[in-house]
Amino acid sequence: MESAAQMSHGKKIGDIVLAVENISLSFGGVRALSDISFQVREHQVLSIIGPNGAGKSSMLNVINGFYHPQEGLITYRGVTRKQMKPHEAARQGIARTFQNIALFKGMSTLDNIMTGRNTIMKSGLLWQALRIGPALNEELAHRERVEQIIDFLEIEHIRKTPVGKLPYGLQKRVELGRALAAEPSMLLLDEPMAGMNIEEKQDMSRFILDVNNEFGTTIVLIEHDMGVVMDISDHVVVLDYGKKIGDGLPDEVRNNQDVIDAYLGVSHD
Amino acid sequence: MDWLFFTEIVISGLMAGVMYSLVALGFVLIFKASGIFNFAQGVLALFAALALYDFLAPEGWFNQLFGFTLPVPLAILATAGVMVIVAWLIERLVLRHLVNQEGIILFMATIGLAYVLEGVGDILFGSDVKPLDIGIPQGAHDYLLDTYGLYIEKLEIFAAATAAVMVAVLAVFFQYTRIGRALRAVADDHQAALSVGISLRTIWVIVWAVAGFVALVAGIMWGSKSGVQFSLSLIALKALPVLILGGFTSVPGAIIGGLIIGVGEKLAEIYIGPFVGGAIENWFAYMLALAFLLFRPQGLFGEKIIERV
Amino acid sequence: MFYRETGQFKTSYTADEAIFPIAQDRWFIFGVIAIAVFVVPFLIDDYGANAVLLPFLAYALAAIGLNILTGYCGQVSLGTGGFMAVGAYSTYKLVTAYPDLNLIVIVILSGLITAAVGVLFGLPSLRIKGFYLAVATLAAQFFLVWMFNKFDWFCNNCATGQITMPTVDMFGLQITGPGADPATRYLFCLGIVAVFALLAKNIVRGRIGREWMAIRDMDIAAEIIGIRPLQAKLSAFAVSSFYVGMAGSLYFGVWLSSAEPGEAFDINQSFLVLFMVIIGGLGSIMGSFLGAAFIVLMPLVLKNFMVDGLNIAVVTAKHVEITLMGVLIIFFLIVEPHGLARLWQIAKEKLRLWPFPH
Ligand SMILES: Nc1ncnc2c1ncn2[C@@H]1O[C@H](COP(=O)(O)OP(=O)(O)O)[C@@H](O)[C@H]1O
Ligand SMILES: [Mg+2]
Repeated sequence: MESAAQMSHGKKIGDIVLAVENISLSFGGVRALSDISFQVREHQVLSIIGPNGAGKSSMLNVINGFYHPQEGLITYRGVTRKQMKPHEAARQGIARTFQNIALFKGMSTLDNIMTGRNTIMKSGLLWQALRIGPALNEELAHRERVEQIIDFLEIEHIRKTPVGKLPYGLQKRVELGRALAAEPSMLLLDEPMAGMNIEEKQDMSRFILDVNNEFGTTIVLIEHDMGVVMDISDHVVVLDYGKKIGDGLPDEVRNNQDVIDAYLGVSHD
Repeated sequence: MDWLFFTEIVISGLMAGVMYSLVALGFVLIFKASGIFNFAQGVLALFAALALYDFLAPEGWFNQLFGFTLPVPLAILATAGVMVIVAWLIERLVLRHLVNQEGIILFMATIGLAYVLEGVGDILFGSDVKPLDIGIPQGAHDYLLDTYGLYIEKLEIFAAATAAVMVAVLAVFFQYTRIGRALRAVADDHQAALSVGISLRTIWVIVWAVAGFVALVAGIMWGSKSGVQFSLSLIALKALPVLILGGFTSVPGAIIGGLIIGVGEKLAEIYIGPFVGGAIENWFAYMLALAFLLFRPQGLFGEKIIERV
Repeated sequence: MFYRETGQFKTSYTADEAIFPIAQDRWFIFGVIAIAVFVVPFLIDDYGANAVLLPFLAYALAAIGLNILTGYCGQVSLGTGGFMAVGAYSTYKLVTAYPDLNLIVIVILSGLITAAVGVLFGLPSLRIKGFYLAVATLAAQFFLVWMFNKFDWFCNNCATGQITMPTVDMFGLQITGPGADPATRYLFCLGIVAVFALLAKNIVRGRIGREWMAIRDMDIAAEIIGIRPLQAKLSAFAVSSFYVGMAGSLYFGVWLSSAEPGEAFDINQSFLVLFMVIIGGLGSIMGSFLGAAFIVLMPLVLKNFMVDGLNIAVVTAKHVEITLMGVLIIFFLIVEPHGLARLWQIAKEKLRLWPFPH
């Protein structure tokens, strides 16, 4: 085994925190994932790439317990599981954003992000009804943390706006905020930059790297824009038709013939 | 166990079940075509029966206005016409203004509609019980009684046969006519329906009119059995468990679900009722449907859906 | 010119998290409460209490309860009438078994009992959704009413299922039973409703309220960010039923004084409360009050207008009233599907800009 502490972008890459082993998943006749294995190390930014329908989103859904694979095991921070509920994965410290925005449309930006902290908040129903003492203190303390996230993502001006009314790019940002609010140890991002213009993509890349650098959050990212992928990833996994066809450093993957073929066959970006 | 008695119960359960299916069918049609959970379906049946009665009865408005009453076949046709007008009015005055609203708002609107139809029916026709006699045979079926010793009401046999025919007609209508195909298309995809060349509004009028005909048939059957009265509108409540069992969008589900509920209810009334003090028919169907859902949340014919994000 | 947010800078999150962050709103609410407490009791008579204020308060509490479940947590229930019956019969059993128990305690206990029943009937919500669940809640409606009719233990071995509220005093004042002073009955209900409305408001703007709304807006995403659907939904059923149960307790105990399950708690009650919630505004505590007021007052106005104003026969008037009620509901849904609470909001926006339109 190579040394646990690799150097990349001048930051420390640690031990393996997530191991995906021989995962197979099918829906009826459709085989979305076949026999996929790979590993994610602490503090890494790992990108999953591949053409549409390759099974990337399904892979994230398996990791956070939303899809239950027919075969294979997931080991996260030493805990091995075959199946688990999504909320249990969340409580293990895995947060995520979605390919199709999944915000709570009827709630404000602030409330959406506050909801991200539900796993950390403790006070019971009675205290909350009275909204005094511990409940009020807790609410205010968490509000303060959430305000920091709001500052970090530069969305102060839309704090009280119902998210349904926000433009697409801002919604994506709020969704990231909601995931960050949980203070996750691993962040799964499903096409966080899809449909964005260059400037928005740059902002989003910056946020992702900042999160990775400042909080040390491990990040698994799905992205189509190869420029971005090569820029920000420490490691890349390539899927095609549910199979893994590449796994390595960005440069290795870029020069891998299978990967080039898969991309030329489907023609992306 | 007395098998003859048991058979009798099962058969009469099936007969009652067919009636539930009929009402459930009206729900399914509208839900499929417009996503509306139409609570007014039962009141629609009441309203149809009231209108039919009016065309037939000497004291009806029709007689007072024109000096004669209609023979039964014409009266049924005229009532069908009334139901088309009602459907048109509903589209024009209500649905048109509520497109793209959430399901619960539309549902509430149909409750409002039920109030309106009930109120208008009461104002026009009065709220007393009216005997509806359109010549459907009454009493026990002699042949079955003499040969097998089975006591089955002729009316029930007639109703079951009519409902069966109705279901067959609807199936043909949906499968083989242009409008029918458009209706099915609209259930899946509004754009597709438009490409068939029929406007969404027309489709809604048609679908509500068809639901009105179904209601008319149900109204005739239940009205002949126990008179035209307000309680007729409550048959809708009996059809609802059928919907959770069979699914809101499944025609076969409505039919099989109706039969299961009909039989289950009758059996429970006889074999469970006495132990808990009787009169359980109001809720038993719901509990049956619920218990069923615990084991098969997707209902009788629904496919297991894996949600995606 | 007087309704302004400007100039009121919030210097802390505490201030921003206050229940009415805008001073004018605060004054308005204080004004309403002051009038309700210090003026209304001197004007109230039996008619005013029985026809308007007591039904308004009882229904407002029920509407808050249903709004928690449907408006905040997105679970449509048609079983409100049945749950109100649980509250009413609990009150009856408690009052007759423990005549010395404080009435407030009895009301709260009735709510708690109803909460337990509500959780039981909320269990299907874990497997079924939307209208399927709505229909399933009808099981509660029909089963509960049947149960209270059937087993005469619930009405202390009466033959009819009818229950009558005995006289209960609190701090030397008679609150229920024949001859109770309308002002006392009113103040008792007002106190309970005001306090519990405040508590409800607190719950819905805290963590639990946000979890409910998350489930309502997108249950899958909610679960993925760590919300446990089981806890969120069942807690909504519990809190909602608690309120509906207390409403049933006031409805029977203080307002009607006698009730018969088939009539007082039938499915129309469920619809009526649902109308209040929708017309008032889904997901709004304030809206629950507005909706209750609307649905309580509308038939009164219609009836007065028709019977006294136009001399229409009472029976016909009843039918016209049903029709008009339906028409108004449809009209309202078309004009403002977000309810009176939204109109209220819009009015405030207008006022904020007044007298300059932009
Ligand atoms: N919930 C589901 N039900 C049925 N098929 C699914 C579901 N989720 C994904 N699939 C199928 O699995 C395959 C992979 O999909 P997905 O993981 O979304 O690909 P990607 O994110 O790489 O574009 C596709 O063929 C898709 O249709
Ligand atoms: Mg995808």
